[in-house]
Amino acid sequence: MELEEKAEEILETLWIETSEKKREIIPLTELGRAKRPLEQLEKAGYISHNDGQITLTAKGRPEARSVVRRHRLAERLLHDVLGTGDRLMHDKACKFEHLLDKGLDESICHLLGHPKICPHGKPIPSGRCCRRGRGQVQKLVSPLSQLAQGQSGKVAYIYAPETSRLQKLMAMGILPGAPVSLVQSFPSYVFTAGQTQFAVDKDIADAIYVRLVEDEATPPEEAPRRRRRGRGFGLWGRRRQDS
Amino acid sequence: MTLQQRILSIFKRRRKRSGASCHSGGAGPIGGEGLRKLAIVGNPNVGKSVVFNQLTGRYVTISNYPGTTVDVSRGKAVLDGCPFEVVDTPGMYAMHSITEEERVARKILLDEKPDVILHVVDARNLPRMLPLTLQLIEAGLPVVLELNMMDEAEAAGIDIDTGRLSQRLGIPVVATVAVSGRGLDVLRRTLARAAAIPEKSPLRYDKGLEEALAGLSGLLRTGYGLTNRAIGLLLLQGDTQIENQVKKQEDARWDEIKAATAGARTDYNQPLSYIIALRQQEEVKGILTEVTTKTERGRRRFADWLSQAMMNPYSGSLIFAAIIYVGLYWFVGVFGAGTMVDFIESTVFGQWINPWVTSVAESIIPWQVVRDLFVGEYGVITLGLTYAFAIILPIVGTFFIVFSIIEDSGYLPRLAMLIDRVFKLIGLNGRAVIPIVLGFGCDTMATIVTRTQETRRERLLTTLLLALAIPCSAQLGVIFGILSGSAAALLIWMGTLIFVFLLIGYLASRLIPGQRASFYMEVPPLRLPKLSNVITKTYTRLEWYFTEVLPFFLLASVFLWLGKLTGLFDIVIGWLTPVVEFIGIPGDAAVAFLYGFFRRDFGAAGLYDLNNAGILVGIPLVVAAVTITLFVPCIAQFLVMAKERGWKTAISIALFILPFAFLVGYILNLILTSTGVTL
Repeated sequence: MELEEKAEEILETLWIETSEKKREIIPLTELGRAKRPLEQLEKAGYISHNDGQITLTAKGRPEARSVVRRHRLAERLLHDVLGTGDRLMHDKACKFEHLLDKGLDESICHLLGHPKICPHGKPIPSGRCCRRGRGQVQKLVSPLSQLAQGQSGKVAYIYAPETSRLQKLMAMGILPGAPVSLVQSFPSYVFTAGQTQFAVDKDIADAIYVRLVEDEATPPEEAPRRRRRGRGFGLWGRRRQDS
Repeated sequence: MTLQQRILSIFKRRRKRSGASCHSGGAGPIGGEGLRKLAIVGNPNVGKSVVFNQLTGRYVTISNYPGTTVDVSRGKAVLDGCPFEVVDTPGMYAMHSITEEERVARKILLDEKPDVILHVVDARNLPRMLPLTLQLIEAGLPVVLELNMMDEAEAAGIDIDTGRLSQRLGIPVVATVAVSGRGLDVLRRTLARAAAIPEKSPLRYDKGLEEALAGLSGLLRTGYGLTNRAIGLLLLQGDTQIENQVKKQEDARWDEIKAATAGARTDYNQPLSYIIALRQQEEVKGILTEVTTKTERGRRRFADWLSQAMMNPYSGSLIFAAIIYVGLYWFVGVFGAGTMVDFIESTVFGQWINPWVTSVAESIIPWQVVRDLFVGEYGVITLGLTYAFAIILPIVGTFFIVFSIIEDSGYLPRLAMLIDRVFKLIGLNGRAVIPIVLGFGCDTMATIVTRTQETRRERLLTTLLLALAIPCSAQLGVIFGILSGSAAALLIWMGTLIFVFLLIGYLASRLIPGQRASFYMEVPPLRLPKLSNVITKTYTRLEWYFTEVLPFFLLASVFLWLGKLTGLFDIVIGWLTPVVEFIGIPGDAAVAFLYGFFRRDFGAAGLYDLNNAGILVGIPLVVAAVTITLFVPCIAQFLVMAKERGWKTAISIALFILPFAFLVGYILNLILTSTGVTL
């Protein structure tokens, strides 16, 4: 059955309170005054109501988890891809999560590279797609600053809130579709775009989002080994992503 | 296109071309004095200045990093029998300009209305470069495209069908290797004949933009030197300079124009400059898939390996230290300031020239006072010329040789990339490395180069740091010479300067308002410096240096002579002596500080004499060296500061530095004497 937006929000709160803050029972007063969504949830068997105390039922838990997952994925999407600012993010994400039906959340999760935390640093509950894709945690779209040394791809989009930064990048010919490859990431980011090398600082490397090119020539299991051969920072970069 | 149309169009083109040629006599657009004007434009570091030098036979500085040219250079050239005025411009990335130099370049296109525009591009990087070509065509300018550095493109396995490219763009295209002269004859002939406005219809944008452009074109009634379409595009992209110009020229219609651009902007959720750039990029991509083919060359060159070593933080630091040691310390310090100065000063001037000049003067000038003007203690010849040629020339000359080699190799952008994080602490970014390193050669020259920086704040910070903590090569050479006896002394001097540089940079960056700078820079391939260019460049820099500097040397001698004659000199020394003694230096050194007012290196050279005479040694020597390094900028630098940053800023900087230098000297003296260091 289709839950309304308010009901989903209540499930979300309950899940955060019970599984992240380890509280068993939540007083009704903490969940707001709206009656209809609570009734809807109770009718669906997701919550049980006992003398002003609310408990998330066994049936309700996976549903609540999924809401939190969709909310945080939506935040990631809004933040990473659409460049929404922090202030707007929560409200927008609430609307967005509602639209992310099952299946669609998996596509988004895949696009974002099965992210583990939301932009606020809270964990994103994993989905089936994440478990399936555990072997290849590589993101599909990632900021240039998070690429491993030697990794390459094509510019997907540029996230630059200030027009001046966008202009600098455009002047250098860094536009969607341009092939880029990261040469080095410390003390500054050095990358190749087309035939030219550029050196940029973190601010600019953060603004360039790269769609990673799947290396079709090498089988997937060989890819990590190949990367390990690179020296220094590439290895650290991978470890950080694995952990 | 039918056969008939094609023949007609060829005929039309031929007629147009011959009409524009100077051979046919006056049918084409003719510049003011009968000279046709050729403007060279293009991205930074594509070799515009090399082409300029080749065409005009003049010399303007060329190097292997973006942003060498900050000024407009002009020269004359005869191209295939036609006389031209050639204008070299600073690099521009797009018609829509961001930095000051880009505005300079575009202003030429707008105001001077050149008869031919030569767009120079790096043949390896056509995807990045051709959007500007499209913009120039769009602006209705008579463009000739030069694909430069064809050798490097070939080495990279890129094959370009220039004929096909020319057809697609509707403008002449010439492939060259400007440094070696390849393809330049063809270029000269093409330039002499090409003057026709491109026949291709300009690039079409999406419906929304086209409607906005059509609306804007209707509102623009006055001429701008570019097509109204191009002006409309710049307005849509929010180019402030163009906005101001349009506002001034269109007056009453401005509100309507503003409303039209604002209206167009609300239809898109991304900046229009981005939308427009994407469309141009797409067009370029389409053209290039037709005209270029690329074959992979997997072989890594030694240069690639070296380049990586230079950019790696560990090996890069070692390489930097090695360059400082060999290039600066050994070649400039020991060889230039030591061996060469010794020979020229004590042998050439000390034994040959000065005794001879003095005896001549004594025999022909009967009045002691006038004789002193030329050959006295502060004489124009014995002090001014001797310093200029015996001390400054060898030091500055060796520095400029090293600097020319470094900048031609392409090392500087790599250093910029290494040092960016440190420079961020002091409110600058890696790009500032170019003026700062050049400052070690000549702070005056470096102050001019600060123009390449993006924000006013960065330019101000760099100007301040150059004036305060960066010793110029002349001063550096002399100070190396004085302190080379003791490694500890040299280290204390260097450490103090680095500390002051970082401290003042840090504090000033907190105080001066403005946007934080972000760092982005093209890293050109490493190239082996060409001996001929190194020599020409060193020669040109020295020539500049001596025309700027020598008058001040001579003037300073005259002032000192006057000062001594009138007793003013003694009064000033009287004031300075207690200040100098206050920071623990013998009073005799006051003279050196007085020299320092006239020129940085003068001051240091004064210390050199005192050191030779054994008056100034140990701790006071180090303190004096530090103080005089920080001390006021020389007259030439001060004037350039005033010109570039305004009198108020220049005077404020000088007023801050003067007491600050002595304060640092005082504190350093206190620390050294109380810790009981022996030097």
